[in-house]
Amino acid sequence: MQVEFNADTDQLTASLLGELDHHGAGEIRERIDSVILQQHCRHLVLDLSRLGFMDSSGIGLIMGRYRLMLSLGGQLTVTGMTPRMEKMLRMAGLEKLPIWEKQEKENAHETNQ
Amino acid sequence: MKPINEMKLTFLSRSANESFARAAVAAFAAQLDPAVDELADLRTAISEAVTNAIVHAYPHELGNIFLTVQLYENGCITVRVRDRGQGIEDVSKAMEPLYTTGGEDRSGLGFSVMQSFMDKVRVRSIPGKGTTVTMEKYISLRVKGRS
Repeated sequence: MQVEFNADTDQLTASLLGELDHHGAGEIRERIDSVILQQHCRHLVLDLSRLGFMDSSGIGLIMGRYRLMLSLGGQLTVTGMTPRMEKMLRMAGLEKLPIWEKQEKENAHETNQ
Repeated sequence: MKPINEMKLTFLSRSANESFARAAVAAFAAQLDPAVDELADLRTAISEAVTNAIVHAYPHELGNIFLTVQLYENGCITVRVRDRGQGIEDVSKAMEPLYTTGGEDRSGLGFSVMQSFMDKVRVRSIPGKGTTVTMEKYISLRVKGRS
């Protein structure tokens, strides 16, 4: 489980790589949160397109980062979800939150297998 | 009906074994030639059940998790995840979506995900004795000989 950061002037992108489960979620959460706080980030983008696996621990991670960004007066966007990830987000009732970035069909990820 | 194949694994409730359990079940289930999506459903459900045992059954100590997987000729795969941990006082409450005793970053979706991605989920638990989660999924049988 790895996370790559890409900081822009107005947003921080955290790209998750590998398999996101309970085992890896704690460390990833700490790394993301410390970068958010260090960089006074107002817009966090969680890019899930390079995840090979995610279970409900990922939903917990998203919910927690959403709450953190809200408490900082910022916002969260989640990109690169597979249909399975979207299904879990809907189960959590998160479909109404303004965190979705709809994928354009023409630039669908080649990594989505 | 008797299974055509069966495997049993016992492993410690260390969180590193979540990925091990997923990989082991997926490798065994490959004999039924599941589709990519079916395998992903299975891996997700296993991960939820094993994580529950690690987080909730043995919150303060390490214990054994017993995994049994059976394959049937009709494409059914059954997975049993058993522990001898603290058990669940109120199973129906525990299975409610979003209910969690696991703290802030647990979503409370574990059982909902299992129910959504598997065809059948049964939970038996005795407080102080342990919990058994039994799940079934039907793998669509593909035409033999197809490459």
